[in-house]
Amino acid sequence: MDTVAQLVILTLAAGTPLVFAALGELVTEKAGVLNLGVEGMMLVGAVVAFIVASTSGSPWLGVAAGMAAGAVVSMIFAVVALSLMANQVATGLALSLFGIGLSAFVGLDFVSVVIEGIKPLAIRGLSDLPVVGQLLFGHNPLVYLSFVLFAAVQAFLYRSRAGLVLRAVGESPQSAHAIGYPVIAIRYAAVFFGGACSGLAGAYLSVAYTPLWVEGMVAGRGWIALALVVFATWKPWRVLAGAYLFGGVTLAQFQAQASGSAIPAQYLSMLPYLATIVVLAVISRDTVTIRLNAPASLGKPFHPAG
Amino acid sequence: MIRLEARPEPSRTFRWASPLIAFGLTIAIGMVLFPLMGKNPFDALHAFFIKPVDSAYGVGELLLKASPLMLIATGLAAGYRANVWNIGAEGQLTLGGIAGGGVALALHGSTSPFVLPLMFVAGIIGGMAWAAIPAWLRTRFNANEILVSLMLVYVATLILSILVHGAWRDPEGFNFPQSKMFTESAILPNLLPETRLNVGLFVALAVVAAGWVFMEKSFTGYQMRVAGLAPAAAHYAGISSPRTVWLGMLIGGACAGLAGVGEIAGPIGQLQASVSPGYGFAAIIVAFVGRLNPVGIVFASLLMSLLYLGGESAQLNLALPSAVTGLFQGTLLFFLLAADVFIHYRIRLRRAARSTAPA
Repeated sequence: MDTVAQLVILTLAAGTPLVFAALGELVTEKAGVLNLGVEGMMLVGAVVAFIVASTSGSPWLGVAAGMAAGAVVSMIFAVVALSLMANQVATGLALSLFGIGLSAFVGLDFVSVVIEGIKPLAIRGLSDLPVVGQLLFGHNPLVYLSFVLFAAVQAFLYRSRAGLVLRAVGESPQSAHAIGYPVIAIRYAAVFFGGACSGLAGAYLSVAYTPLWVEGMVAGRGWIALALVVFATWKPWRVLAGAYLFGGVTLAQFQAQASGSAIPAQYLSMLPYLATIVVLAVISRDTVTIRLNAPASLGKPFHPAG
Repeated sequence: MIRLEARPEPSRTFRWASPLIAFGLTIAIGMVLFPLMGKNPFDALHAFFIKPVDSAYGVGELLLKASPLMLIATGLAAGYRANVWNIGAEGQLTLGGIAGGGVALALHGSTSPFVLPLMFVAGIIGGMAWAAIPAWLRTRFNANEILVSLMLVYVATLILSILVHGAWRDPEGFNFPQSKMFTESAILPNLLPETRLNVGLFVALAVVAAGWVFMEKSFTGYQMRVAGLAPAAAHYAGISSPRTVWLGMLIGGACAGLAGVGEIAGPIGQLQASVSPGYGFAAIIVAFVGRLNPVGIVFASLLMSLLYLGGESAQLNLALPSAVTGLFQGTLLFFLLAADVFIHYRIRLRRAARSTAPA
């Protein structure tokens, strides 16, 4: 029973960065903005979180700084893509390339630094309970935060008036503008939220999941998160399911490596990427579902004057 | 109040001024950044942009690094014009390198003059095969080609890693993850003594010229441009969308694969765990800075090559991390995209915009 609990804990731990990043991107896309800069924002979040955690000694301060950093770099995207109406695909790519360069640059002096990361909970009495103890109380605190984020996003999008407005902006910015909603401001806010979530995802990687900084340590998770949003057909609960599915795939790789399997490690490292491709193809095949669920104005610039 | 007003017609002036503005602003950022890192900004600029090219060797390096960039960017531009977003050129380059390197290793020691041409053919096929996957998944399953081509970059790197750690590892290579050095027949002939410049430059220039003819003068190139600018009109005109996707991806893959062979048969001379310092990604920026136009791409590739050399030189001369190159590359693209707004819009200053603004 203990191994099952362990497996669940590891799967959730591996899926959590994807939950953060994909939920953030989902909100951004619901407002009609396609930000392909997730990988870059995650890297910037990861490196800033690590630097702040190691210099201040507080991993939690690092997490806050990582979130802030992700949000700040997302604003570069917002200015160029929303105010200056540049192509969102190209601008998002620019943000990813920029984030890769920026994080490598500022993180250089921190490559071999060791920090005390955020550890999984160990509540005396509760976490030691047989079976359920570990399952309910043995996760990393940030994993619980990801549950909170999921509930908040779900409630915001489908239970709040603000969420309704955000979705309206994503479906038809012209109508939302005509009724008097500030389309560009709402889109800015959505990009900001997505940036903070990506920063949080990066921070989770560098101060909780594997407390260290390595250049390019996000390793494509930002792109996988983007694919997850499509896979989830823009529904938060499916993002959660997809993230843990991918978490499980990543896990299989470590398990096989640990058990000394004869297959070269590289084959197993390919699994998450190949799984992403296969899943993307299977889901996208149903063009009707995609068209019905994708925000109608996704990726299109909006100019109030027409 | 500052407002953006749509121009009646896109500005041709700004189309070409925008890269210059972007480059100027990137330098301005550098001038702010260098003092913050405790470096004299003028020394830094000198180390970055003058020092690398003040010798014949330096100029050779400039052209050597510009070759793969212009090659890949031209291929990508053909796709981007048609709204086919191939982001995985780095992976296609790697596969091209693997295929070309496979030929070189299989014919190791041969003195036949056909080794190099065979390597190029293999590289083109390798790059095209890798690009065919996103093309097929896009046309058959509607899967987003951006994400698929990007995922395949990671897969390609891992395949190369498997090969150089395993079957293709040099048995006398002290266990380093690299293949045997290629023999002379598999190495591109040198072009200038005292430099590393090789005839790959001519291959690249020939492909760029062919790319220009294809994109600007051929009917297929025209159809692809229409498909990118006005998909609905293209549809009514009977231009096949799957064909556009296939062509856009395959051209990009072929060029990237060719560039991969140029690297392994040129400056590297063997297969290593990494065969490119991110040329496939930098070429995306080159394509945009060059305005998706082969002539512009040649200039943009020289600029990007200079950024690579500048990063190395700044590391040697100023002890600046070479990662600064990536930072400048990203900044340049941001400024370019931002400056591009003036192609389609102009700034209007207005006191009360409310009464005159159309709803």
